[in-house]
Amino acid sequence: MRVRFWGTRGSIPVVPTSAAIQRKLVAALVKGAGRALDTPDKARAFVEQELDFAVSHTFGGNSSCVEIETGTGEYVLCDMGSGARPFAVAALARHGPGRPQTYHVLISHPHWDHIMGFPFFLPAYIPGNVVRIYGGHATLEEAFRRQHGPPSFPVEFGQLGATIEFVPLVPGQPNDVAGLTVTPKLQRHGGDSYGYRIERAGKTLVYSTDSEHKLDDESAVVAFAAFFREADLVIFDAQYSLADAMSVKEDWGHSSNIVGVELCQMARAKHLCLYHHEPMLDDEQLAALLGETRRFEEITRGDHRIEVSVAYDGMELTL
Amino acid sequence: MKLTPRRFADTIVLSVSGRVDHATAEAFKEALLGQLGTCATDQDRVVLDMSGVDYIASVGLRALMLASRQAKAQGGVLVTAALQPLVREVFEIAHFTLIFKTFPSVRDAVAEVSSAGLAAFEAAGAR
Repeated sequence: MRVRFWGTRGSIPVVPTSAAIQRKLVAALVKGAGRALDTPDKARAFVEQELDFAVSHTFGGNSSCVEIETGTGEYVLCDMGSGARPFAVAALARHGPGRPQTYHVLISHPHWDHIMGFPFFLPAYIPGNVVRIYGGHATLEEAFRRQHGPPSFPVEFGQLGATIEFVPLVPGQPNDVAGLTVTPKLQRHGGDSYGYRIERAGKTLVYSTDSEHKLDDESAVVAFAAFFREADLVIFDAQYSLADAMSVKEDWGHSSNIVGVELCQMARAKHLCLYHHEPMLDDEQLAALLGETRRFEEITRGDHRIEVSVAYDGMELTL
Repeated sequence: MKLTPRRFADTIVLSVSGRVDHATAEAFKEALLGQLGTCATDQDRVVLDMSGVDYIASVGLRALMLASRQAKAQGGVLVTAALQPLVREVFEIAHFTLIFKTFPSVRDAVAEVSSAGLAAFEAAGAR
C-alpha cells in the first residue's frame, strides 16, 4: 500500500508568504556561503543533504486530501480538500482524459475544508469517469451539491459529466472499496466525523482527522486504541497543542500530538503521521512540532518504538 | 499515586508522588479537586509539589487543567513546583507551561505566592 499526501493543512488552505520564502533563501545562502555551488547538481545535493527541511522545502498548504494507491487501477482518496485539485491534475497527466477511471473518495465529514476541492476536480467533468463518494453523513450529497451553481460556483452539479454516486457507510461495518477493506468509526467533531481503518494484504492504514479526544471517558480512549491497533500508519489530527485542545480550543473538534503518541503507544501502532496542521503554523513551527513529538515519543517509550513524521504536501509513504 | 497536603500559614503544599497515568488519573483528579475548596480569593494559595512524579500522561495533565480552571473560577492561586526534568519536558511539549506558573523548587513557589507562607515554611524547616 502506497500513500501520497496532496493536502495536509487544517481548516483552510494557506501559502507560504513572500517573507517566509525570503527567509528560506537567506538561510540557504548563508549556509552555502563560500561553497562551490556552481552547477545545478552541486546545488541540488547541497539543498537535499545539508539544509533543514523547513529551509529547503515547505510543508505545504492545501487542505485535506490523501491518495491511497490500491494496485487495482482505481483511485482511492481520503477527503477532497483543496489537495484534490493537484491530485486530479496529476492523475489526468498520468493516463490522459480519454481513458475513463473510477475514483473512490472516503469523506471524513462535509466541512468545507474537506470537500472544497471537488468543484475543481477535473475528472468529475469528464463523461465516462465514475466518482464514488463514501461517508457516514446523511447530508453528504447535499453538502457536495450546494457547492455548485449560483451564487457560489458557475457550474451546476447536474452539469458534471462523470457518473457521481454517494455511498452511505455505517460505523463498525467493513466495506470493500477497490479491494481495500474500509471500516468507519464515529469521531467527536462538530456535526460528527468518521475515521477510517483501511486494510489490505496484511497492511493497515488509519485515517483519523478532525477528531477530538477529550480524555474524560476511558472507554472512548480504549475504543480508539482498538481502532488504531497495530496499524502500520496512523494519519492523525494534531492541529492543536494539548494545552490549547483542553482550554481555549476545547470542543473545537481537534486533537494534539501528545494524544496521538499516547494512542499509538496503546495501540502498538508503527508510524504516527501528524496531519491537519494548524493554519497559523509556519514551516519552522511545524519542524519544531516534529522534533518535540519525536522527543515526547522517546521519553515516554516503553518497549515499543513509534516512528513519528509530520505530513507535507507531496509526501509519499510505503506500508 | 499519592497526594499529601501540608499547610504553611495561608499556603497549602500538595505533594504528588508516583505515576499519573490512565490507571491513576481519575483518583488524582478527585483528590486534587477535593483539596481546592479554600483555594480562593483572600483564602489559601496552593503549591503543587511535583518532585515525586516521574511520569504524567495526558489524562493527568487534564486533571491539572481542571484544577487550574477551578482555582481561577474561585479567584485562587495554583502553581506547580519542582518538576522532574522529563515531566518538565512533557509540560513544555504540551504547552502546559503557558497554563501553569512553574518554579524550580517548592520554596521558590511558596516565596512567590505568600510571604506568610514562606515564613511558616522556613520556620518548619520544610523542603
